[in-house]
Amino acid sequence: MSGERAPMTFPILSVIIALPVAGALVVAAIRRKELVLPVAVASSLVTLGAAVWMLVDFQVGEAGFQFVEQATWYQPWGVGWHLGVDGISLLLVVLTAFLFPIALAASTAITRRVREYAMAMLLLEAGILGVFLCLDLLVFFVFWEAMLVPMYFIIGVWGGERRVHAAVKFFLFTAFGSALMFAGILALGFLGGEGGPTFDFVRLLDADLSRTAQFWLFGAFGLSFAIKVPIFPFHTWLPDAHVEAPTAGSVILAGILLKLGAYGLIRFCLSLFPEASVSLVPVLAVLAVIGIVYGAIVAIVQTDVKRLVAYSSVSHLGFVVLGIFALTSQGLQGGVLQMVNHGLTTGALFLLVGMIYERRHTREIGQFGGLGAVMPRYAGIFLFVAFASIGLPGLNGFIGEFFVLIGSYLSLPWYAVVAALGVVLAAVYLLWAYQRMFTGPITLEENRGLRDLGVRETLILVPIIVLILFLGIYPKPALDRIQPSVDSVLQRIEQTTDYRVPDFGTGMAGYEVVP
Amino acid sequence: MTGTLVSLAILLPLGGSVVLLFAGKRLPEPLAGVIATLTVAGAFGCAAVAAVDFLTGAGEALTVRWFDWMPAFGVDASLGWDRLSALMTLVVTGVGALIHLYSIGYMKGDARFGRFFTYLNLFIASMLILVLADNFAMLFVGWELVGLCSYLLISFWFERETAAAAGKKAFIVNRVGDVGFIVALMVVFAHFGSFRFDTVFESAPEVLTTGTATAIGLLLLVGAAGKSAQLPLYVWLPDAMEGPTPVSALIHAATMVTAGVYMVARTGAIFGMAPIAAGTVAVVGAATALYAATIAVAQTDIKRVLAYSTISQLGYMFMGVGAAAYVAGVFHLMTHSFFKALLFLGAGSVIHGMHGEQDMAKMGGLRRKMPATFATMTIAWLAISGIPPLAGFWSKDEILGTVFERGGAWTVLWGVGLLTALLTAFYMTRMMWLTFFGEPRWDDGVHPHESPAVMTIPLLALAGLSVVGGLVNTPFRTTLEHFLDPVFDAVRLAHVPTGSTAVALAGASVIAALIGIGLAALRYRDRVPDETGFAWRLMGRGYYVDDVYGQVFARSGKLAAAWLAFRFDARGIDGAVEGMGALTRKTGGWLRPIQTGFVRTSAAGVVLGAVALLGWFLWRGGL
Repeated sequence: MSGERAPMTFPILSVIIALPVAGALVVAAIRRKELVLPVAVASSLVTLGAAVWMLVDFQVGEAGFQFVEQATWYQPWGVGWHLGVDGISLLLVVLTAFLFPIALAASTAITRRVREYAMAMLLLEAGILGVFLCLDLLVFFVFWEAMLVPMYFIIGVWGGERRVHAAVKFFLFTAFGSALMFAGILALGFLGGEGGPTFDFVRLLDADLSRTAQFWLFGAFGLSFAIKVPIFPFHTWLPDAHVEAPTAGSVILAGILLKLGAYGLIRFCLSLFPEASVSLVPVLAVLAVIGIVYGAIVAIVQTDVKRLVAYSSVSHLGFVVLGIFALTSQGLQGGVLQMVNHGLTTGALFLLVGMIYERRHTREIGQFGGLGAVMPRYAGIFLFVAFASIGLPGLNGFIGEFFVLIGSYLSLPWYAVVAALGVVLAAVYLLWAYQRMFTGPITLEENRGLRDLGVRETLILVPIIVLILFLGIYPKPALDRIQPSVDSVLQRIEQTTDYRVPDFGTGMAGYEVVP
Repeated sequence: MTGTLVSLAILLPLGGSVVLLFAGKRLPEPLAGVIATLTVAGAFGCAAVAAVDFLTGAGEALTVRWFDWMPAFGVDASLGWDRLSALMTLVVTGVGALIHLYSIGYMKGDARFGRFFTYLNLFIASMLILVLADNFAMLFVGWELVGLCSYLLISFWFERETAAAAGKKAFIVNRVGDVGFIVALMVVFAHFGSFRFDTVFESAPEVLTTGTATAIGLLLLVGAAGKSAQLPLYVWLPDAMEGPTPVSALIHAATMVTAGVYMVARTGAIFGMAPIAAGTVAVVGAATALYAATIAVAQTDIKRVLAYSTISQLGYMFMGVGAAAYVAGVFHLMTHSFFKALLFLGAGSVIHGMHGEQDMAKMGGLRRKMPATFATMTIAWLAISGIPPLAGFWSKDEILGTVFERGGAWTVLWGVGLLTALLTAFYMTRMMWLTFFGEPRWDDGVHPHESPAVMTIPLLALAGLSVVGGLVNTPFRTTLEHFLDPVFDAVRLAHVPTGSTAVALAGASVIAALIGIGLAALRYRDRVPDETGFAWRLMGRGYYVDDVYGQVFARSGKLAAAWLAFRFDARGIDGAVEGMGALTRKTGGWLRPIQTGFVRTSAAGVVLGAVALLGWFLWRGGL
């Protein structure tokens, strides 16, 4: 994590976090209800613009944090405003800024308390961006908790029939994790600081933690993140939350919120507790592989298409976790990239499910059949996204899975072999669902007159389709930005533990490690 | 220059499919098909011009680099142009262009005419990526993309439930094979640190132990068995006949299903180090050849005869490449693509003329109504039966001869191959007689007619190729062997028999074929015998293997998944969670009798819990 760039004159990261908050304030002041969503979309597009600016300005090939902003708030406690972005968080920040305008634009079905809804979404965006960008653990925790509140309301107020139950379940699960993490953060701050506590991530990297302390802290942080990911067996809040959440809530939940857990595992667990991480690899790898296979098998027989996609997330996030704990460059690159990929494909799948729900007010797979004939464009896009999720080469999911599978074979061969079964199962649950929904004769009269996708709906999906293709065909720009940072995480682990990234092969012609 | 042509060969059909995807609906009907056909013909032209240097002997293998792809694996998106990929490209685009042309007639009036050619063009581009890949990762890309096109085209008439189910089945069974392929890729990268063919094959002798080479070979075989419909993963191919017949001809007979054969030939350097893996390839091939031939004997659907015949012929190719007779295997791949494409297109012409009828029991006497179809199919029938001097004779005989020449246990495989040859001649003759000879058994209102020229011209072209295609590699003139020599330079090739042995073996093959033809001609000459006995039903249903798979994997799998989902997950794991939730609620209610806010209760819990844990941490941390 060395070689931080000098503080920028323009605090782009603070601006990125502040823009959605400003947007929420603007929305609060709007009188006319029909202007609320357009303004919210516009304000999130401004945030996207800022995020893209950051992406363009990001120096490729540097491992450390960039655009760093640092200001100490209270020296005795070592608390301060410390922001920075590296290859691990960069694409997740851009993904967040990219998915929010889409999710908001897809929220036209929300008619009740639109203003509060838009504000909750924008505050949620600010909270998520804060979590990804913040390098002070106490402030990170504030963002982490702050983010839960709007999400809780989005599910609990604008959700489906059993929304309150789902919202409470979501809250209890995550609050339980939060309690552990908060204790962990405090303990880490006091144990890790020299001459007084510190909550500064970069300073904590140099903390000399005993093996025992590392295990306890890994447990406190890791459990919280594991619930968020979710890692088997902490996943059961996810299907409930998804089914009850409104479309945009599901898009953000699956597209971004789940990644916070995986991001936390890399950023905090691997970096701050390397010895514990190395020792706990077998545990995490077993759970990841179980998640891959189990999530996929359970997805096969779901009758609600939203639950199906939710369980597919359990499976896909299993790949992410396996890639992370493979502790190889390829595995970690795949893990980070797969977070972005899953955000795009699952986000798109939830948008698509929302679009059919708005027409038929059901998500039961059995209520459809033969839709391909009446909604050809919808069917085509659904199949395209499904294949991206299945991991078809040429589309984004393949690159991530390929990196994870090959990368984890290098260090965890048998786990990787079992995980490879996931590629069969993904085809089973998605293509079977597609078959039941879109092919065969039209069995129900209600489905006969369904409208195909309109211009607005198509335009919402096109940006995701473009990115799915781009990352699938030419992933190098993304990987070039991820690689230095994950390599430096691995270097740190090698420096502080006796773990060594396994050697492989001899003929690495054309492979250059970016310095 | 050559590099540009090779790239164009892929980009033309790829561009065609993109254009047709967006404009296909707006184009008038034949135009979409014409554009698609021209792109493939153009690809053939590019490949032919690029291959001229190889024919004159001047050409060198070259790599066409497209762009940096996956840096951490050291692979680019790049193409390898050598003699093997050149041959494959010519076969794929040549046969492909003819089948595109034929499809203009066959798909006439289909509601999704443009979409059909979108997929067909995409298939050609994908297949070319497969055969032109210069590394394992690109090969895998093409491998998966042809699987996608196969899925899309089998379930092209998706309103039919059987078609949709068949497409899905094809993709999933192929993916089962792909697990083997992916694990092979893992092992390759772990040992070589590269996916590039040149790096891997050059350093294989130093890097690989026999055990590792065997493992890689067997894993690749799993993938190949999926794509090339070999035992035990062949079950998707008969169902794939649900697709439009040109699809069966192009993808499920002439090109895609040969990908497994191509892959084994391409990775000959690894199989050369792993005699057990190579032997397994040959045994799987021989077993599949015989097994599928016995099933083909008892089919009543004309397309299913051809489907099982394809599985059986692919078995021959596997036998060949497994015996290190790479040239023979690739040779048979080529000739088979001519006559099997012809057989399928001919069957399509019959089905077209019979208004969609596929049951041979309702055909008969078609030779007078469909003279061009009959004449061309006769050539294909004799070619696949192994009658000299037609194409199938030379290539099949070269495989059988090489297998025999290796001696020992290989002689058994030769015997299996010979028996299969007899059966092949038998079931093909049966098919010809039931279809074209005897009295008409047509349903009322069926008025068979010959197909239009756009369909018969490709038949004639393929018939021509089925006649002369075998002459490129005969014991007298081994042109193909010389052509491919540089590719298999480093690989120990099995020997082709010469002299009196060769003559005797060829004689045995021809006699087997004649016996098969004679027996079938006698049996079906003047009647349709009753074929409903136990043995016929057993063979007709493919020994019920597919039914057993359905019970074991599909049905039991679903039951197990349902148990996991609705018992274990919903009641077990989530039940525990909900139980804890209820407990929390009760405790909350006890702590704070105001029942309104679980959130506030939990928030209090967060703080209390955090403080308690902090104390614990600080105490432990002091250790």
